Amino acid sequence: MSELKLTDVAKTYGSIDVLKHIDLDIDTGELIVFVGPSGCGKSTLLRMIAGLEKISGGTLEIEGQVMNDVPPAQRGIAMVFQSYALYPHMTVRENMAFALKIAKMPTAEVDAAVERAARILQLEPFLDRLPKALSGGQRQRVAIGRAIVRDPKVYLFDEPLSNLDAALRVATRIEIARLKEAMPDSTMIYVTHDQVEAMTLASRIVVLANKGVAQVGTPLELYETPDNEFVAQFIGSPAMNLLPGVISGTGEQTSIKLDSGGTAVSSIATDPDQMGLKVNIGVRPEDFFADEASGFFEGDVDFIEALGEVTLLYFASASDADGVVAKFPGIEKNLRGHKVKLNADPAKVHLFHNGVSIRKRS
Amino acid sequence: MSPALQGLLTIAIGVSGCVGYFYLSNQFLDKVLFPPRGPNAGRNINRANMIRPWLFLFPALAALGLYLAYPVVETLRLSLTERVPGGGYRWVGLDNYTQMAAEPKFWEAMRNNMFWLIVVPAMSTAFGLLVAQLTDRIRWGNFAKSLIFMPMAISFVGASVIWKLVYDSRPAEQDQIGILNALYIFFGGAEPQTWLTVPFWNSFFLMIVLIWIQTGFAMVILSAALRGIPEETIEAAILDGANPFQIFFRIKVPQIKTTILVVWTTITITVLKVFDIVFAMTNGQWETQVLANYMYDKLFRGDDWGVGSASAMVIMLLVTPILIWNVRNARKEME
Ligand SMILES: Nc1ncnc2c1ncn2[C@@H]1O[C@H](COP(=O)(O)OP(=O)(O)OP(=O)(O)O)[C@@H](O)[C@H]1O
Ligand SMILES: [Mg+2]
Repeated sequence: MSELKLTDVAKTYGSIDVLKHIDLDIDTGELIVFVGPSGCGKSTLLRMIAGLEKISGGTLEIEGQVMNDVPPAQRGIAMVFQSYALYPHMTVRENMAFALKIAKMPTAEVDAAVERAARILQLEPFLDRLPKALSGGQRQRVAIGRAIVRDPKVYLFDEPLSNLDAALRVATRIEIARLKEAMPDSTMIYVTHDQVEAMTLASRIVVLANKGVAQVGTPLELYETPDNEFVAQFIGSPAMNLLPGVISGTGEQTSIKLDSGGTAVSSIATDPDQMGLKVNIGVRPEDFFADEASGFFEGDVDFIEALGEVTLLYFASASDADGVVAKFPGIEKNLRGHKVKLNADPAKVHLFHNGVSIRKRS
Repeated sequence: MSPALQGLLTIAIGVSGCVGYFYLSNQFLDKVLFPPRGPNAGRNINRANMIRPWLFLFPALAALGLYLAYPVVETLRLSLTERVPGGGYRWVGLDNYTQMAAEPKFWEAMRNNMFWLIVVPAMSTAFGLLVAQLTDRIRWGNFAKSLIFMPMAISFVGASVIWKLVYDSRPAEQDQIGILNALYIFFGGAEPQTWLTVPFWNSFFLMIVLIWIQTGFAMVILSAALRGIPEETIEAAILDGANPFQIFFRIKVPQIKTTILVVWTTITITVLKVFDIVFAMTNGQWETQVLANYMYDKLFRGDDWGVGSASAMVIMLLVTPILIWNVRNARKEME
């Protein structure tokens, strides 16, 4: 069942469009992650759902009810802020109980709800402390606890982990995943900058760019079949390589004569009338392998980053605007300065025309 | 020489004197007393650095000692002595204090001071907080704030003159120039009242003057404190379902509690020393006497240095604990 539905939602500040034509349909129990470059309006969209920001156009429905003008507290949502936003003058217990007390819930029930949340989040030892006597991770758990006690239909997270250090971020990420598993009926929307968070947590990812939705899909859909160059380059690290060329053979498989010389093959089917079309092929760094015999890209290894598990090869950019990057498994120290010929499985070669995937067009 | 020139000259001499003192004394320390040269260079540098703070503090310490510490000691001495006719002093122990305690006027001043102490800080802080909150979000808020802050720039005596006009009273057959009487008559009052002579209430009319002045002070400080509250905590409270009143009283006010206390105690200290307003408006008549005016009466009009000094000591004893507490709070807030 559709839990949360955005129809043609827009946001403008005066004459500045920040978001427009946002359509989203989120099902009960999903964990949706918003990603996108900084300033693309992720927080704004989340805050519009929360009711902290006015919706300039379109409708927001939660459980079939239009929520545009419903006050935040009555939307059945709870939000976890990046800066935790704990009430500094209240103990952990009071922080978590605040919403329930405001709602005039009987004390016994408030206590029960707080105890339950504290147990889930292992906050019991800290219930009578003030926020300033907690570590960053503990504070974030309190902020999550404050959301849990209200038992909302939709949880909203705005970059909840970005103030934590790397190790704690991983631990808290796993905790959130567990929490989500323990509450299969609650819907979560999660904003992040971190790809790993997005890929591991999301049931679906929404990529925002250029004031709109660039693509919605499961993490692997976005990784394997990006709809456009933006998503292709945004998901995955290092970004997908784009090499310009011209379609030189159509059919079940497509051949592309690259501007840099070689001919690549993609398993994406094309029609004869697409012959001669100017395209970009997209290959992820990890999909390249060395192939002296039949590689379609040849270049000098300009620079190497050995990460242990993988080695990144940066190729000198002769004609391509952005240099080509390849990711080889294991340690490859001796390739610097050498010529390497690269090939890729046709199934892993993406095709884009005018920035949009050819697969998408046909 | 014209007074303006004289003033300028004084400023020039004063400022260059200060700069000269710091520069030359520092030079003397580094070049003559402990030069960082010769066999003891290291030791000399250490010594110079130990002495330097005291060198720089000396003018301030000397001035404070002369104008603050010494008068306290001298007042204490005066309060325990009596002037002997024909010159000289005689030790009288606590006689001045017992004499003062037997005077109804002293107890009237004490009682009035307590009223002032309760009403003025509370009202000024409350109004200041209210104005700070209400002007925060509106477009002409800053203009309103400047207006409310303006009385701060007026001297207490000036303010008293203004308010004396407000409370002014003319014989019944004339037009009333005091706005309070004008309103009173307009709304059906029988005949003009001489507000400042109505015992008990007249103290409150005087307090209004100080509240009028201090609200601006409270507003400025509290408004800065309100701005410092993290926006997210307020948004979180909105999401938690708090209404504007609950947000104000349960989220905002507790977060600026220490600032409120500092403002409150600062005004309290001003109130304990209140003198000018009473002096200029009623001079303590009609049961409006306060301690500072009582002290002035005794010291400079009654020429009774003993009792006058004793009342000064009482004021100081009342102010000191609040002052200490205030400084502590302010320090805590800075952490
Ligand atoms: N009051 C405002 N007036 C005009 N523009 C605004 C206003 N508030 C936000 N914006 C613009 O809206 C855009 C979206 O901001 P938003 O905070 O949603 O970005 P974001 O995707 O969350 O970025 P980040 O990843 O850095 O948090 C930004 O380009 C910002 O400049
Ligand atoms: Mg943001």
